[in-house]
Amino acid sequence: MTVLFGIFLLTLLVITAVAIVRTRNLVVAVMLLGIFSLLLAINFFLLDAADVALTEAAVGAGISTVLFLGALALTSEFEHRRESARRRALSLLVVASAALVIVYATFDKPRFGDPDAPVLSYLGPWYLEETPEYVDIPNVVTAVLGSFRGYDTLGEVFVVFTAGIGVLFLLSARQQGTGVGRRKVDLRDEVLLVVVGRLLVPFILLFGLYVQFHGEYGPGGGFQAGALVAAGFILYSLIEGEKRALSALPLRALTVLTVGGTLLYGGVGVAGMLMGSNFLAYSVLTGDPVTGQKLGIILIEAGVGMTVCGVLLTIYHAFARREPAQ
Amino acid sequence: MNVLGLYNYWVFAVLLMIGFYAVIANTNLIKKLIGLSIFQAAVFLLYITMGKISGGTAPILPKGVSDAVYSNPLPQVLILTAIVVGISTTALGLGVLVRIKEEYGSIDERDIQEIDRQ
Repeated sequence: MTVLFGIFLLTLLVITAVAIVRTRNLVVAVMLLGIFSLLLAINFFLLDAADVALTEAAVGAGISTVLFLGALALTSEFEHRRESARRRALSLLVVASAALVIVYATFDKPRFGDPDAPVLSYLGPWYLEETPEYVDIPNVVTAVLGSFRGYDTLGEVFVVFTAGIGVLFLLSARQQGTGVGRRKVDLRDEVLLVVVGRLLVPFILLFGLYVQFHGEYGPGGGFQAGALVAAGFILYSLIEGEKRALSALPLRALTVLTVGGTLLYGGVGVAGMLMGSNFLAYSVLTGDPVTGQKLGIILIEAGVGMTVCGVLLTIYHAFARREPAQ
Repeated sequence: MNVLGLYNYWVFAVLLMIGFYAVIANTNLIKKLIGLSIFQAAVFLLYITMGKISGGTAPILPKGVSDAVYSNPLPQVLILTAIVVGISTTALGLGVLVRIKEEYGSIDERDIQEIDRQ
């Protein structure tokens, strides 16, 4: 039954993707991309990846859609059919032959869910066996993310941080307005959406905090929580306006969150070195190695959450406050 | 069942190429960026599919259960961080597009090339 449901969802995914490519209205394409992300999130859930599903739902269906719409408001909402029929035919030929090659290559891959597949035989079981002993938290994904592969995660946080700085460099220089009165149709005029939105915001924020602090025991962690809290504030900003959103959480506070989160993560790493071990070794943080691991993971997850939330909101405000070009 | 066992990989191949088609066939830069998002999502699907084990469950170990089968947590960790990095880099791309629109007055590849030639 689950297999059938999975096949149904995957087919829907392909249909949505085709519709995205075919439509000439970019707003429609962006809304379809949101639906695509939601379908993908359900697929991830069926494939046992609860943490990934949570992230995809918050980031792909929520924040990505809003950012694309913000960019469309500053550029143009329609795509004019400019490419020649020859170019489209040639592109179609290229992708069709490449797809055939990839499909041919899949015949050598292990079948879906095969327990003897090489990818399932070596590293994965090791993490599953060693996590209870070294870290002793139920969520193995959080343990791998925070402790075993903490270097990777630090790198990812730096990439997110750098992307935030990049968007600020690109968009904050001039033409900075309040963003008020630039849209002809405003979400604030839709009474139903405003009432429902106001009710939802506190619960989204509460859920975000739950996901942050319960990430060691259930699906969750800094990446998901940061995206959820950012989505909550974006919704608040959409229904109450930029001005009120910025007085609730000013840009200066967002900078502190962004920089503070990255510093907190790096600081935990340096603390490990100062206390006589390696960079990002949490076991020495307290007397007991396992408690040290737990403390380290809680701290770096907090850093990740702060940075992700800060960067996503900074990016959103950079788009929302910019006046469209004449 | 044997053939259906590869269905996830086929969907990966098709999605990857739909995304790639949007990148190479369209001249609108936002459409290209949307295509890249689909391309990226296809790669996510490939990784998560490879980590799935039949009869398995999410890799969250409850106390006192010893006989459960868990899917591979490693691909999930890689993709979890990749999604958030993906949205950050997409936002950077959108920022570049907004600046292109302001400087060139268009986000169509051909217009931009024409202006550049003058």
